[in-house]
Amino acid sequence: MFKETSYTNRLTFFQKIKSIDLILIFCVLILGGISTFAMYSSEGGQMLYYTKSHLLRFCVFFVLMIFLSFIRLKFFHSISYFLYFIVLLLLFYASLYGITVSGSQRWINLYFINLQPSELMKIAIILCFAKFYHRMQIDNVNSFRNLIVPIIILIMPMFLVISQPDLGTTILIALSGIVVIWLSGVNIKYFISSFIVLVIATPFFISFLKPYQKLRILTFFDPEKDPLGAGYQIIQSKIAVGSGGFSGKGFLKGTQSYLEFLPEKHTDFIFTLFSEEFGFVGSIGLLLVYSILIYRIIYIGSISRNFFSKLFCYGFGSSIFIYIAVNMSMVLGLLPIVGSPLPIMSYGGSSMLATMVGLGVVLSSKIYHRQIIA
Amino acid sequence: MINSGDGGSTKKRNIVSRRMFILTAAKVIIFGGIITRLFSLQINNNKKYLNLSDENRLREWRLPPVRGDFKDYFGKTIAGNVEIFQLHVVPEEVTNFKVLMFRLRKILNLSDNEYSKIIKKKNSQKPWETLIISNNLSWDEFSKINLYLHELNGAKPVLSIARNYPFKDNYSHVLGYVSQASVEDINRNEIIKNNHVPGLKVGKTGLEKTYEKKLIGTNGVQRYEVNAFGKRVKELDHEKGKKGENIRITIDTEIQKFLTKSLKDKSGSISVMDIFTGEIIAIQSSPTFDPNMFIYGIGNEEWKKITQNPLKPLLNKTLSGLYSPGSTIKPIVALSALENNVINKDFKVRCTGKIELFGQTYHCWKDKGHGLMDLRNAVKQSCDTYFYEVARLLGVDRLKKTAEDFGLGKKVLENSFLEEKKGIVPSTEWKKDVMGKNWVLGETLITGIGQGYIQTTPLQLCLMTAQLANGGYKIKPKIVADKNQMNANQIKFKMKQNLIKNKFDKTQNLLERTQGIFQNKENFFTPLFKDKKNIEFVLDSMYGATNEIMGTSYSSRIEDDFYQFAGKTGTAQVKRITEEARELDLKTSEIPYKDRDHALYIAFGPYKDPRYAVSIIIEHGGSGSSAAAPIAKDLFKLIIDRHQLRENKRNKINSEENV
Repeated sequence: MFKETSYTNRLTFFQKIKSIDLILIFCVLILGGISTFAMYSSEGGQMLYYTKSHLLRFCVFFVLMIFLSFIRLKFFHSISYFLYFIVLLLLFYASLYGITVSGSQRWINLYFINLQPSELMKIAIILCFAKFYHRMQIDNVNSFRNLIVPIIILIMPMFLVISQPDLGTTILIALSGIVVIWLSGVNIKYFISSFIVLVIATPFFISFLKPYQKLRILTFFDPEKDPLGAGYQIIQSKIAVGSGGFSGKGFLKGTQSYLEFLPEKHTDFIFTLFSEEFGFVGSIGLLLVYSILIYRIIYIGSISRNFFSKLFCYGFGSSIFIYIAVNMSMVLGLLPIVGSPLPIMSYGGSSMLATMVGLGVVLSSKIYHRQIIA
Repeated sequence: MINSGDGGSTKKRNIVSRRMFILTAAKVIIFGGIITRLFSLQINNNKKYLNLSDENRLREWRLPPVRGDFKDYFGKTIAGNVEIFQLHVVPEEVTNFKVLMFRLRKILNLSDNEYSKIIKKKNSQKPWETLIISNNLSWDEFSKINLYLHELNGAKPVLSIARNYPFKDNYSHVLGYVSQASVEDINRNEIIKNNHVPGLKVGKTGLEKTYEKKLIGTNGVQRYEVNAFGKRVKELDHEKGKKGENIRITIDTEIQKFLTKSLKDKSGSISVMDIFTGEIIAIQSSPTFDPNMFIYGIGNEEWKKITQNPLKPLLNKTLSGLYSPGSTIKPIVALSALENNVINKDFKVRCTGKIELFGQTYHCWKDKGHGLMDLRNAVKQSCDTYFYEVARLLGVDRLKKTAEDFGLGKKVLENSFLEEKKGIVPSTEWKKDVMGKNWVLGETLITGIGQGYIQTTPLQLCLMTAQLANGGYKIKPKIVADKNQMNANQIKFKMKQNLIKNKFDKTQNLLERTQGIFQNKENFFTPLFKDKKNIEFVLDSMYGATNEIMGTSYSSRIEDDFYQFAGKTGTAQVKRITEEARELDLKTSEIPYKDRDHALYIAFGPYKDPRYAVSIIIEHGGSGSSAAAPIAKDLFKLIIDRHQLRENKRNKINSEENV
């Protein structure tokens, strides 16, 4: 029945080339192009540091992604736990010796790049859970041991990241992990009951928040209260998007961004800049590219024979969606401002690296979608 | 292995797919939400956010308005705007501010004081705001800077506009000066408030202040795109402001210059007026100052020099200086006495040099006395004794009426100068009101020779002379030239008409006449006399004073009919002359400057067909005949020589108006 899908079966190079997912690669290239132009615009129409650096990173990590896609899926399966522990160690290292920027100790100085392990954890946690649930019988999923272990796996990095402090990434890591746990078939009642516990515990958690984080949440509910202080980002971002209108102000003509009213325009607020210059049409276009990308990832998951790549693709695709949704809701004033980059678009090496590694694994899943991992 | 996992695997596959389906559905809903939000922001509320973004990025800068010019009677600019060279530095654009300042300091020879002022200012403003290093570069400095410009990175020589008074001290009191608007200026004057920009120069005194509304013009507006920090990024629009109105005044610069020259090194004032049109041909007060000094803010030392000068250069003596008129009041006293039928022209008094009245001795200026005097001789020789007697008979209240009719005791140029003073024409009632005491007869006597409480401005005396010289008609003095002016002949005709009308009016009942006065409040060119002969007599006696032997200003006469003028000297005592001093009979030069008499002279000419009136006052100059009257001689020559030019100009303007 599965003649060519034997455990030891190797694909030839041409077979790999033939089965690589061109649509997904095409989407990634489009996003890389758009993001470079957006970066170029954020620097007022000049090829300066951010644009050059972003483009270079994109190229390097794109090559890395292609390289990863030719690696046998089994390899990723085998190193999943290892990767998770490495990243966990890095997180631990960062919390001890990391570089502190604007009050948050997130980065490890690797001399050629400042690595943000919390970004890598977003992908590592999915790999880890994918492996964890890969061979698990559906009946065992809800056993006590199999409930408690994932929670520990999830809590450890969350704890390290929130102590940096980095609320945004913590939430994203948590959501990424929870998505895989959800997909694995954990009983819905656990989700419901945890949700109820969370809601009850929220006031307790809020008391642990840093003052600036509390302010952000308060500001979200009433940005006009402090228009020049905490509410400034939300207000200016909304003005930028709103003033873009149907077709936008035109490339390099976004006044909000080039007159520097927009905060952090090359990182978290890159969508605002894009939306101001290309308007509703451009924004919908961008969403469409992202949707196709996510669709492809999930499609690859759906054709995968093995549960590891299926869970990973579903989980990763959903995580990408969550990053996009959180980032956009945030800049459109639908969610409080928490640091969360827009995948591929935002400036930031670690985020790009994590996304590209994830996509590399997805591409590998496509090539080896018939394979079964024991 | 495959087989063993088959059943569980399928179940697991189904669960994963089902849960993925739920997730996908959630994703579609959430993306739908984001798209809805985008739609609401970018399509529904686009206008609102576009406005907000424009509010963010657009700023308007108002430019100082360009001030209107002042022109003299012949259209020459006497206060204008000149282009000046300024040196600007934007600290942000300078690589090394210290080095640049070091170089500039050397080139411009900045003093330590100026240097520290600039540094102070630099520290108080934002780095992208323009720092003015020098307000007014000389051409030398400007070319020097341009020569070294390649080394002076960041320094910008800029062309700007500033007020300029080409005739310097000739017009300082008439025009006043402009200087930076103070908080008070802004709060008091609505139009300054509306047009104010930092560094705006506004009128501080003189006509510059009174005509601020017309002169100021409107702001230009520059629209800039600014960034989030308020820095200008790009100029979008430049709307030019409207220049203020030009104002032509009635003064003739040539005569004005002559006045300045005549008053050089003296303290005093000269006024010249057209006796029909009321135009002020020239007025100068001395000492004067250069109004250009005030434009960039006057230096401390210069300011001290001006304010501490005992001769008070800032005071416009013509309008705000109050003097006892001395004997120049005598023509009015004589007229008043004749008009009130107190005496006739043959009334005689013997002058022995002094008279005793009520136990007090009143001296005539001539110790030996003038002998037997009639009215004409008393005016001609300025006999004090005679006028003591006339004043005694006339009484101060009747004198006051005539003096006020002829322009004393009220402002001459009502609204043109805020600094103008009213002066005092005393009366019994006035003394009671102001001093709470009863009038004593002795005070009437000294009022009769223009001493005591009576206080007049030189311009009032000029108006008084003019209204006598034109045959006794009320005129409207003015310093700002009207567009359509009546010429002298038209005015004379009007005067005649009014005289006839007045005679006719006498037959009407009193009520109607008073109503007429109320209806026509400014009853210009109406007669101020009851009997024309009285005016003619007074003028004739003034002719005698200047052109006949024994007249007080005989030595200053001109015999040529064309220039001949008539006038009355005056010598106003500053200090009561003690008996000892009277005995010593000191010469003017032997008396301390502050105690010397003021010298006055009023005159009109040419006598045959009078046209101009003059009043001269030289503070502490000694006697009117020796210090004031001689100036009139050259002055009348100049005025009358320039008469035809003036008439031509008037006719030209009137004909242009009528076209």
